[in-house]
Amino acid sequence: MGVSATAQPRVGLFVTCLVDFIRPTVGFAAVKLIEQAGCSVEVPRQACCGQPAFNSGDRATTREIAEQVIATFAPYDYVVAPSGSCAGMLKVHYPELFHGDPNWLPRAEAFAAKTHELISFLVDVRGVKRVDAAFAGSVTYHDSCSGLRELGVHAQPRALLASVRGLELAELRDADVCCGFGGTFCVKYPEISATIVGKKVANVAASGAGTLLAGDLGCLMNIAGKLQREGSQVRVRHVAEVLAGMADGASIGEKGEP
Amino acid sequence: MSEIVTSPAFKENARAALADVDLQQALKSVEVNFIAKRRASADKLPEFEALRDAARDIKDHTLAHLDLYLEAYEQRLTAAGGQIHYAVSAEEARAIILGICRKVDAKTVTKGKSMVGEEIAINAHLESHGITPVETDLGEYLIQIRGELPSHIIAPAVHLTKAQIEADFRRVHTHLPADRNLEEHTTLLAEARAVLRERFLAADVGITGANFLVAETGSSIIVTNEGNGDLSQTLPKIHIVLATIEKLVPTLEDASQILRVLARSATGQEMSVYTTISTGPRRPDDPDGPGEYHVVILDNGRSSMLGGDFQDMLRCIRCGACMNHCPVYHAVGGHAYGWVYPGPMGAVLTPSLIGVDKAGHLPNASTFCGRCEAVCPVRIPLPRMMRRWREREFERHLQPATMRYGLAVWAFLAKRPRLYALATSAAAFGLGWLGRAKGRFRSLPLAGGWTRHRDFPAPEQRTFQAQWRGRKRR
Repeated sequence: MGVSATAQPRVGLFVTCLVDFIRPTVGFAAVKLIEQAGCSVEVPRQACCGQPAFNSGDRATTREIAEQVIATFAPYDYVVAPSGSCAGMLKVHYPELFHGDPNWLPRAEAFAAKTHELISFLVDVRGVKRVDAAFAGSVTYHDSCSGLRELGVHAQPRALLASVRGLELAELRDADVCCGFGGTFCVKYPEISATIVGKKVANVAASGAGTLLAGDLGCLMNIAGKLQREGSQVRVRHVAEVLAGMADGASIGEKGEP
Repeated sequence: MSEIVTSPAFKENARAALADVDLQQALKSVEVNFIAKRRASADKLPEFEALRDAARDIKDHTLAHLDLYLEAYEQRLTAAGGQIHYAVSAEEARAIILGICRKVDAKTVTKGKSMVGEEIAINAHLESHGITPVETDLGEYLIQIRGELPSHIIAPAVHLTKAQIEADFRRVHTHLPADRNLEEHTTLLAEARAVLRERFLAADVGITGANFLVAETGSSIIVTNEGNGDLSQTLPKIHIVLATIEKLVPTLEDASQILRVLARSATGQEMSVYTTISTGPRRPDDPDGPGEYHVVILDNGRSSMLGGDFQDMLRCIRCGACMNHCPVYHAVGGHAYGWVYPGPMGAVLTPSLIGVDKAGHLPNASTFCGRCEAVCPVRIPLPRMMRRWREREFERHLQPATMRYGLAVWAFLAKRPRLYALATSAAAFGLGWLGRAKGRFRSLPLAGGWTRHRDFPAPEQRTFQAQWRGRKRR
């Protein structure tokens, strides 16, 4: 790996609430990948990035949460999140929240500058070109919206997946189209959300791949849940699980130890 | 304002739309056709992204100096023999148009496609005063004979299948032989053309919209693919242009810059088939043209958007790219949005025009996937502005109480990471234990919106943070 061996940068892992609560395996995969990229990882006590409040129009609560997150992660060289959506919140939307605030805007901007989505951190910041992992089978990849359009995560996961021994990538039709999760959208407008994810799983099935990967647990839970409801055998995992060589256990929603 | 506002019933509208087999069939063409064509034409033009910047800058500049350009436009228009009318409200615009029609005792009025015409519901108003409006754009004609609103701002009848159109033609064109062949797209088109041609010749007044009003020359510009706009504005004795204040651009050069992104973003064409510039009434040596040329400039709430959170929305050039790329629009179509402007642009504009209390669902019915902003030719930050509307709703306590309470409980925990850790640890353990046999849930209390349509994964029984701290201690 193309990593300088001088001082190890300290990375504060922003776990994200869904990974913390639903699928800790993704967090451990992220830790492994960040460490392999020559960094030390710490996990300060944390809750949520504030997106539910932000997207519900509660700007005051969002700001309070943002101030807390920025302060919590002040000691670290980098903040890394295994989610394009949460990383987009931290990197793109936090500075917006403090627009015109001479006190907090510079702090929010400095925080944004050192914050990265996991896979783009590995590739773009740490210069990782390949991973040491194997995965037998074909996978397809869904580009989560925030990662793709707010952070430009597209080539990076494909580049690293190409280095996984035994893995075959079958491109997903309309990979860049939303899966219909949308945070609170999926519970506010469940029928519309279900229709959108229905199209997504049809494309997943058409890809012929045995496993669907993406970089955001919200999308993954949505797609996995729909595939399973339809009786599909396609498995669903966070891309970090495969890249870290931690994709042997149960997939999302599957019975057993992950 | 059009009386038919069903935006408050967005959820019910959406449910009906999802169950409408014909609509779902028709909507496939939006998803397939528009997107690939826009992509191909944008890819062919190396300067496309730079042109989007230029288009945005031209609109921003004009909006910053709207008063100046409006005055300049009025001067040039008047010098060319045109008459200008300012309407603050839809009601005023309707009265002005009716007054002009009455002066010449108009019986029929032909109309080019105009979303502002839909916004002020001009057809219903003219009809109620004994004047027959005839829509001459094929899509508008179709929805007129069906008594519907447009479901798309550039393809008003995109919600219809060919079979539905055939049935409507047989129902309405009863003067034609019942056994005629309407199987082909071409035979449908030929029939519409023949029916409309007579109407063009009979019309006393022609009403068109405007894609641009040009301050430098006092001209209005329309783009069409059918040439119907040209016939609507040159054949009758009077041409009325109905436009809103944000259609202004400083110069013809500016208009042509924006034209380079307009059709490409809309249909993927390099240019629309007809781009028609008109400046005032017929001059003495002109071979044809209207004797009177009126421009009705409508505000209808737009001037109050200037200088505020929603000013950027006034850059919109009505290409439809945002709805063409919207997964929610693809699912439910345009009518579900419940008023004239659907899709992401409607989700931002409609609350400005009819009030967020009526249109509150629209900015909420978005996944914030950001595809609309990614394709908008004038780079309107649509998701950000939908979020602004949600903020207004939150401030005014317009959201459902369950949502507000749920959010308050969540916020209480999210601001207290230690308490949050306790709560999530307990929940993860409980849910994880309950779901351990299957790995997922087919139904969960309080999560019916999710589990009605999909399974919910059982959490691992310990949160990441609990496991991490446990490992550190060891």
